[in-house]
Amino acid sequence: MKRSVLQIESLRVSFRIQDEYYAAVDDVSLTVHENEVLAIVGESGCGKSALALSIIGLHPPERTKLEGTVVFKGKNLLTQSVQALNQIRGKDIGMVFQDPLTALNPLMTVGKQIEESMDYHTTLSTAEKRNRTLELLEQVGISNPSQTYDRYPHELSGGMRQRIVIAIAIACNPALLIADEPTTALDVTIQAQIISLLKNLQQQLNTGILLITHDLGVVAEMADRVAVMYGGEIVELADVHTLFTRPLHPYTRSLLQSIPSLQTPKETLHVIQGIVPPLTKLPRTGCRFRSRISWIHESKHEPHPILREVEPNHWVRCTCYQHFYFPDGGEKA
Amino acid sequence: MTFLRVNQLKVHYPVRGGFFRKVIGHVKAVDGISFELKKGETYGLVGESGCGKTTTGRTIIGLVKATAGEILFDGKDLTKLSRREFVQYRKDIQMIFQDPYSSLNPRKRVLDIVAEPLRNFEKLSPQEEKQKVQGLIEKVGLHSDSVYKYPHEFSGGQRQRIGIARALTLNPKLIIADEPVSALDVSVQAQVLNFMKDIQKEFQLTYLFISHDLGIIRYMCDRIGIMYRGQFVEEGTKDEIFHDPKHIYTKRLLASIPNADPLRRQEQQKLRQQIEKDYEQLYSRYFDAEGRVYPLKRISETHSVAIP
Repeated sequence: MKRSVLQIESLRVSFRIQDEYYAAVDDVSLTVHENEVLAIVGESGCGKSALALSIIGLHPPERTKLEGTVVFKGKNLLTQSVQALNQIRGKDIGMVFQDPLTALNPLMTVGKQIEESMDYHTTLSTAEKRNRTLELLEQVGISNPSQTYDRYPHELSGGMRQRIVIAIAIACNPALLIADEPTTALDVTIQAQIISLLKNLQQQLNTGILLITHDLGVVAEMADRVAVMYGGEIVELADVHTLFTRPLHPYTRSLLQSIPSLQTPKETLHVIQGIVPPLTKLPRTGCRFRSRISWIHESKHEPHPILREVEPNHWVRCTCYQHFYFPDGGEKA
Repeated sequence: MTFLRVNQLKVHYPVRGGFFRKVIGHVKAVDGISFELKKGETYGLVGESGCGKTTTGRTIIGLVKATAGEILFDGKDLTKLSRREFVQYRKDIQMIFQDPYSSLNPRKRVLDIVAEPLRNFEKLSPQEEKQKVQGLIEKVGLHSDSVYKYPHEFSGGQRQRIGIARALTLNPKLIIADEPVSALDVSVQAQVLNFMKDIQKEFQLTYLFISHDLGIIRYMCDRIGIMYRGQFVEEGTKDEIFHDPKHIYTKRLLASIPNADPLRRQEQQKLRQQIEKDYEQLYSRYFDAEGRVYPLKRISETHSVAIP
């Protein structure tokens, strides 16, 4: 049994919009284990990034209400002071952001940026820090570390920059790495390299990775377990094989049918009816996906859907999955 | 039937430097590419960022000036036309842009956005104009009352369909779609792609489809050209490119696409390592001393590869 590094328990993240608080993440419970990639998938506005940022306290406190607990190393991160969080962020929890150019400081050499977190969290001497940085650069697959050390971000390509961002995130051997769309801004060939880099680091460092993405291809390549989010809730949670071979929730199934894939060409792609409702208009009672599968009768939904373990380690929300079918004649192979 | 022929097209941007800002070199964004579009087909231009695929599209529609080469459309060379002569071809070639958030003017109503091409080219009374716009808006699946709304009132997929409606107003023959869905969510992406296929049949459109996503290219395109550093690496039909790629660069590109089957993760990893090894070993066989590809060589009726 793997040790868990992060336990999220009924987390609710609400944002203030014109004096009302609206929950973007609604009652989410998750556990990340060591040496595991837990992927959170969903479309824009489903709350996946809001969830990630709330773990490390990056939401503006004056407009955000956080409820529930996020336990990391025996501490509830939601109640820590900024000073206490600063001891954890960058040291025990590393973060990889989406756009490597805006995540790096353009006025600082990349070597100095990697050393920065060591300045705060370790007592290494200048020479030791430099050595460690060169080691990290090599670890993330940069071919000539000593030259790259003195480079500025604009002198590097997108893939190299993302490697630097990863080097910064793993500088202090974090127990947990949060990767928010780490490959979205990159070309496919670079994306493949970054995925295998993250996979290797996970195994070498025994790190738990929380991967936030909208790309199901990246999930299939990287994740061990997957949580699918819709409207701020987790609608399905399963290991990656189960999720791709036997998806149950209507949203997961529809999503898988709507990607043009290389392996299984389709004649027409499935289109999910309607649109994701904005945060202020999200239905807060009943199955949140029901308006988008209107051909499924109202009575098939639960009045208060909960996430249920329908088979070992496979969790699905609401009972509507038992009655779900595609109106245009089922799933195409 | 050849409909558009691009012949040895080059787009070079000067690089200036030194004391008098003299031209010290050129960035060869597009460096001698040739291809043809047949009526009613979808031609895909694929490549990584910076390979020149967007520049190619923008040159055909006249947003970028060609340095050399020809663009033959209906037998006329578009690069040689004066501004005034070019205007009438503008009607036949339209563009769908990548980002539906920045390609619609936020201060104009949908009516004004979609009617703008009409106002430029046709003299219609306000009633006729409104009727035509409403017809188009319904065609793209929006309610006819939405012509009085502003872009911010629509979702991303709806905005992209407004962009498509605008491109359709003048009954174009060729539509250049530059990454039309890369800014959209997967479910919305499916909606826009299906819709583009439907209107292609209805309006008998020819598409030049520019994308970096090979899954989408496979879904949409009949023939495909793979670009690398401003040149073509390989050109062929969908089946040839996806089932029988010849150039090492094409193989590498195809191998790097995530496999949607988690059970075959190991296999895919091995394939990728193998191709990466081949890529390094056989580099000199596929690329010349300057790291550029060789001219295209025809290996079958429809399939061409850049090998010496």
